[in-house]
Amino acid sequence: MKTLNEIEVTKKSEFKSTDTKMEFVNIFFAGKRYRVLKGLTILKALEFAGYRLVRGVGCRGGFCGACATVYRTDGDYRIKVGLACQTMIENNMYLAQLPFYPAIKAFYTVDEIKPSGDLFLRYYPEIMKCLQCNTCRKVCPQDLDVMRYIAAAQRGDVSRVADLSFDCLQCGLCASRCPAEIVHYHVAQLGRRSYSRFMQKPSTHLSKRIEEINSGKFNNEIESLIKLDRKELEIIYSQRDIEPEEEIAPKKDED
Amino acid sequence: MKLLYYPGCTLHTVAVQFDQSTKEICKQLDIELIEISDFTCCGGLYPQTTENLMQLQAPARILVQAQRTDPNLELMTLCTFCYNTLKRTHYTLKKDEQKRNILNDYLEEPYNAKVKIVHLIEVFRDDIGYDTIRKKSKRSLLKGFRVAPYYGCLLLRPMNEIELDDQEQPSILEDLLYAIGCDVIEFPYRFDCCGSFHVVNKPEIAEQCSKELLRYTEQFHANCLVTCCPLCYYNISRFGGTDFNFQIFYITQLVGLALGIEPIKLGLDPEIINKFISDSYLV
Repeated sequence: MKTLNEIEVTKKSEFKSTDTKMEFVNIFFAGKRYRVLKGLTILKALEFAGYRLVRGVGCRGGFCGACATVYRTDGDYRIKVGLACQTMIENNMYLAQLPFYPAIKAFYTVDEIKPSGDLFLRYYPEIMKCLQCNTCRKVCPQDLDVMRYIAAAQRGDVSRVADLSFDCLQCGLCASRCPAEIVHYHVAQLGRRSYSRFMQKPSTHLSKRIEEINSGKFNNEIESLIKLDRKELEIIYSQRDIEPEEEIAPKKDED
Repeated sequence: MKLLYYPGCTLHTVAVQFDQSTKEICKQLDIELIEISDFTCCGGLYPQTTENLMQLQAPARILVQAQRTDPNLELMTLCTFCYNTLKRTHYTLKKDEQKRNILNDYLEEPYNAKVKIVHLIEVFRDDIGYDTIRKKSKRSLLKGFRVAPYYGCLLLRPMNEIELDDQEQPSILEDLLYAIGCDVIEFPYRFDCCGSFHVVNKPEIAEQCSKELLRYTEQFHANCLVTCCPLCYYNISRFGGTDFNFQIFYITQLVGLALGIEPIKLGLDPEIINKFISDSYLV
């Protein structure tokens, strides 16, 4: 990351000259004070301040978990966490970006692991050090019950781990705050992988569709599409069947 | 009757037969068990340091979970480690308001210190009653079981905090075993240590303790040992399995047999049980 002071200066002056109502706030990034526009997310504020982010940034939509960030706000002793693309800046906010938090991932191939009760202990024995302080849950930007899926992992309950950790973005904030030095999100990933490998029912419609493709059901259609030019393709694309969002049937539990 | 049920980690992993047999006998005795969802470990042991409240967080959170699930129900546990830890935590937090306030600052929901923690054998004694159990049992079936009741260290101690039975002269296990028709042996070594957690890093200590215990059991002409503790069960069955000709049972397995539940549903090998039962006819 490097500062581009010139851009910062020009940007600020541009805004000031064109719109006098623009409001600015102070943020402290890595200890240094910056004046940035009010109402930006942390990520945008950093870019506004002139930083070019190459790591610690990803989809900008709150899905990839790459932009985990820690910060403190004015007058509060507590450390807060969030995704930089989703968290709005406040005046006198102290922050830093975490490009990556060191966490070693166990090496395994899904076909070779055995779904026994000590599955998690074999690859991540440190989960037994859990103090049950619940800090991992308090920092999780997805509000997952991290401590309880670690408890399920201690018992070897693969399906519960997969269930409780399903929305994990792998941002690594849990691992950054754990006093027992557990790497929760890797444990959860092992759980979800072994769940889908050993416990989930194989999806029948997928194998059916693969069979259809292999038997050449769609060959003619694709060949005719290949021959079309761009304009004709655009017409077909705009006229395609779109399933209206409201009419999607609610998902039923398959038990 | 309804009970909240905290199985703890072992009852879902190494001591499944304990969990299984409990659920079977509760079905027979009309006890509805409501399992606490997504529980954590209780911590395993009550902390030895008096001022380190952080270690009380885990058991306190389980008590809070029980209080949230249903404040009017008793919380039942089976594993003696869980029972001891939860009960002592409750005792400390009930007695010491200052400690409770400090700990409540760290919990997501404050603990009101009103949950009652019970062991299943306590439910048998106080709520169901030995008379009912005696009436429902096929008492002749268990004549061949010359049982040495084994309390271990944690079920009764410390007496003023646990308040289950006298810590030197208890009778709670014996009374239950009499009620279901076992041949109970006066067993003076019922509090001896099985080696406990030494099995993790110094297994030779646990081996020595367990084998000694089994030798005594043999001297007292018992053919089986009955316990409430998954760790005692683990140590004794691990180190005494081949050298000694007898069985170790969980108390619930024997109660289940007496209530006429099939051995296989109690996590027992039917062949072994048949041996015990035919023995009794020979004697």
